[in-house]
Amino acid sequence: MSGTFKVAIIGSGPAGLSAAARAAALGLSHVLLEKTDHLSDTIYKYQKGKHVMATPSNLVLRSDVDFEAGKRETILGVWDEQIEGHNVNVKYHAEAKAIRGTGDAIPGSVQQIVMRARDGTRTVKEIQRHAPPYAIELTNGETVMAENVILAIGTQGNPNRMRCPGADLPHVQYQLDDPAEYVDEHIIIVGTGDAGIENARGLAEDPAQRNTVSILNRGTEFPTAKDANVKALMADHEAGKLMIRTESETKSIEPGFITLTTRDGELRIPCDRIIARIGSAPPRMFVEECGIEFSSEDRTAFPKLSPVFESTAPGIFVIGALAGYPLIKHCMNQGHDVIEFINGNTELKPADEPIIVEKFKDLPGSRSTDEWLEFLRTNVSILNGMNPLQMREFMLDSTARHFRPGEVIFERNAPGSSLFGIASGSVAVEVNPADPSITIPIEAGSIFGEVGLISGRRRGATIRAAEDTIVVEISRLAALKLQSQVPAAKKAIERISIERQLLQMFGSGLTREDVAPLVDSAKVEEKRAGEIVVTEGADDKDVFIVRRGSMIVEKAIGTRPVFLSYLPAGSYFGEMAVIDGSSRTATVKTAIKSEVIRLPGEGFLELLERNPALRERALKDMAGRRATTTFIESRKDEFSGAVDLYSETAQFLVDNGIGEATDVLLIDEKLCIGCDNCEKACADSHDGLSRLDREAGRTYAHLHVPTSCRHCEHPHCMADCPPNAIKRGPDGEVFIDETCIGCGNCQRNCPYGVIRMDAKPPKKPSLLEWMLFGSGPGPGEAPYGWRKKEAEKEATPKAKLAIKCDMCSGIDGGPACVRACPTGAAIRVAPDKFLTFTKLAEDAE
Amino acid sequence: MATRAGGAKRFSQDEKRRDSDHVSFLRHRGFRWLWIALALSGVSLLGYALIDQQPRPNGGSWYGYTLGTIGLGLIIWLSLLGVRKRRINPGAWSLKAWTSAHVYLGLSLVVVGTLHTGFQIGWNVHTLAYVLMLLVIATGIYGVIAYATLPASLSANRKEMTRAQMLDALTAIDRQLESAAQPLGRDQADLVIAALAQDSFAGGAISRITGRYPRCATARALAGVGEASDAAARVHTLLAKRAEQLAQIRGALRIRALLEIWLFIHIPLTIALIAALIAHVVSVFFYW
Repeated sequence: MSGTFKVAIIGSGPAGLSAAARAAALGLSHVLLEKTDHLSDTIYKYQKGKHVMATPSNLVLRSDVDFEAGKRETILGVWDEQIEGHNVNVKYHAEAKAIRGTGDAIPGSVQQIVMRARDGTRTVKEIQRHAPPYAIELTNGETVMAENVILAIGTQGNPNRMRCPGADLPHVQYQLDDPAEYVDEHIIIVGTGDAGIENARGLAEDPAQRNTVSILNRGTEFPTAKDANVKALMADHEAGKLMIRTESETKSIEPGFITLTTRDGELRIPCDRIIARIGSAPPRMFVEECGIEFSSEDRTAFPKLSPVFESTAPGIFVIGALAGYPLIKHCMNQGHDVIEFINGNTELKPADEPIIVEKFKDLPGSRSTDEWLEFLRTNVSILNGMNPLQMREFMLDSTARHFRPGEVIFERNAPGSSLFGIASGSVAVEVNPADPSITIPIEAGSIFGEVGLISGRRRGATIRAAEDTIVVEISRLAALKLQSQVPAAKKAIERISIERQLLQMFGSGLTREDVAPLVDSAKVEEKRAGEIVVTEGADDKDVFIVRRGSMIVEKAIGTRPVFLSYLPAGSYFGEMAVIDGSSRTATVKTAIKSEVIRLPGEGFLELLERNPALRERALKDMAGRRATTTFIESRKDEFSGAVDLYSETAQFLVDNGIGEATDVLLIDEKLCIGCDNCEKACADSHDGLSRLDREAGRTYAHLHVPTSCRHCEHPHCMADCPPNAIKRGPDGEVFIDETCIGCGNCQRNCPYGVIRMDAKPPKKPSLLEWMLFGSGPGPGEAPYGWRKKEAEKEATPKAKLAIKCDMCSGIDGGPACVRACPTGAAIRVAPDKFLTFTKLAEDAE
Repeated sequence: MATRAGGAKRFSQDEKRRDSDHVSFLRHRGFRWLWIALALSGVSLLGYALIDQQPRPNGGSWYGYTLGTIGLGLIIWLSLLGVRKRRINPGAWSLKAWTSAHVYLGLSLVVVGTLHTGFQIGWNVHTLAYVLMLLVIATGIYGVIAYATLPASLSANRKEMTRAQMLDALTAIDRQLESAAQPLGRDQADLVIAALAQDSFAGGAISRITGRYPRCATARALAGVGEASDAAARVHTLLAKRAEQLAQIRGALRIRALLEIWLFIHIPLTIALIAALIAHVVSVFFYW
């Protein structure tokens, strides 16, 4: 121990090393703690030669360490060199285990940590915070003392550890760098994800190493691994290269042996090495135990921070990905800024100031950036609960706009998932598409556009500014962040959305006062995929509105369930039983993970009684639904086979993600001649790479769902995009813009495997040159070999970026895959139009 | 990045697409091109019957020239399908509509072309062009039949596997066969080695189209390796799996060959037809 440092920085990623370099430059006493033997482990573990991007391009870099887009090796090289040049005090192999204040207890400052067990029970642990200096305990037993601590540990987390007796023995390891390192050993792999399988196969690959490799599987399936990996593992097992031990768990470990619990009892076998690949734990627990509070219990929440990145534990600062900023440039700027703040520089403006200034420059009235932020924060009610730092960050993903009276803010049927808050003025909603003169006002302070945000579907009505109006348009991402950070905002949005959904559901006849009692008693419920909401024959009497996701309606006719209809978000169901007092006539279950609004039946009945017009409308809707049921029932008698096929086809499509699609490519294999013209047209319409794989994917009754984007209502790919490059375009398409950094998160998050990572290939010779002289590879995607050879001729290598279907946005005539199909096999459909009896049962030929 | 100017036009285009009925190229737009082709044929026939051509119906009369010009125009336009299908942008057109028109207008050429000859057939370049045209149309008819009947069997044979997956499955079986065959005796091992060594695509064009592979080493090995011992039985099972996998691959090859083979005649004949047409037109004008 060498006294107390002014600042200890934990984690040597971009944020941490930029902070350390600044501290070194200012001459502060500091230490940079890194758990491995090299800097910046996350980037270090990138694939060899990976091109690292530097976005956003409009953000200036403010750091003592250089960074520009380039190869992983170059960037790491520059950092190593400059960290050494700055004489940064780096301590390697220093993994922090706990951080605690060594000063006096801070009165009234108690950290509550909520722990949720697997069975759903919650326990609350309380920790009394203590004042600095902090003692940082390391896993090797050392302690580092520091007045200030900067946590820059990212979100990668630490590998989950084994917990059986003997798990702390040295031959239990959590990583495998080089499988060729081990010979003549009995090795047990624990964990049957991709990492475990790849390790096991790597160790057993070369028989000359003479390793005896076993992989333990708690069950008999491999649900978390890629299909190709599982197949290869099975083949290795059959070939006797390694052994899969199913239904086996580790009971205890001792040097040279391992004891397993198996279906047939305990088994003690020789074992020289255990490699455990059982996932990793997010760092949240560790962070909370340091006394740092998170903004909510939400799994995606970030720590609560002051404008200078200080957490709820005084003297502990959080920056980088852990603070919610995954981009390298942001991280490096924060590293610089946080040291300036700790050093007493209070004048420093954040590096993103010019970007924020740009956001307000077209608004009328001359206010400073801070005044604008305050104006929006105080005037838009859902923003009231935010602090200035949150407000700044919020504004980066939002835009403030001014509209003149009568100007359209958005139109009915336009795609859009952003939320609008009215800072001043008011807007008019055109509730009746047939008569634009009927409008409902929304006043200043309130919000609109929430239906698009929640349901992921197109805008339900045209909205115009009623007077001079300033609105803040909150992107989907910012709106989701806002809801997880400010619970009050979440509640307000929820209430308004329920009210509007009720008003919209029954046309323009109702007022807010009419529905107020119903809104008060409404409950939002989350439903898993396939969960039954209403059971046929049951006697419950609630009415439901689909808030997000979608439902399928089934009825048992004979012994088998028959598919009746598909209900997209915005529809309601369950009203029949309430109105005529009968038991449920059909089963309604979710097609995908969904949210419903549950309205108590009595409240709904009261509303109907007070509004005869509404009652009439509900009866009319009901008659329509009854007619569908009767029609299908009558068909069932005559064409039982056709109805079964229709039901099964509908179920097949729902199982393949059509329930959350907005526009999906299907191929009728009774017409498909396998010419792959769809793929060729796709490649030729988009930089020479095809975004669809015709052959791959599932098929049922000659209806094939190829590997191609479904343009989901709530795209999984958007979930974790560091530069926020995935957006919904004007034609409803989900597309990736040019700020993509090629991280591959979207590819991993897409459950349908429709995103590929590839470099834009060089330009091909023209079609005419190919036809006449045979130059170039011809129409369609050029073979890999050609692309590689041509790319090598170019001066600068291109980064591999994420590419996916953009529904031929901006191309006249629409999707090229459909237009290029010579036989009419390729169609693109929307589930609410396609999942009907007439469409599914029609014969295309 | 393409411009993101979508707007009302694209939305209504998209809605029309999503609303449209799902029909094949033959039934496109309620048989629109069939009716147009029938009308063209009907009018041509009617004209041929009603117009008094002197001294006799002939390609050289004014009506003959009219039919000839229509025919020539159609042939040139029909042959442009080859360019169209490879050039999808720009333009808001659909290849299905083009195929539909290609099929029906192509068939109407039988009427238009025949009437243009005035039934004067002889051993000359003019008749050559006519015969070539009929051959092109005949191969085209085969194509239409193939397109209408074969895709369902292609799909059924695929069993949700891609071509690459079929080959991967074969490789996986081969890997297992190789180690499983180690305990076998010399004769049987040779049979297995021969099966593994044989190119799975070997067999030539006839085999590919008929689906019969008389020289298949896997079939021979299957017959030669009995189930006498445990090891042999294991190899036998694997060989049966291999034969099944080969059958699927060969089935896919066969159906695709049947779907494509006519193009190898249709297109060269079209080129020959255009050449003959040029000769026909030039000679007609030369001897005017």
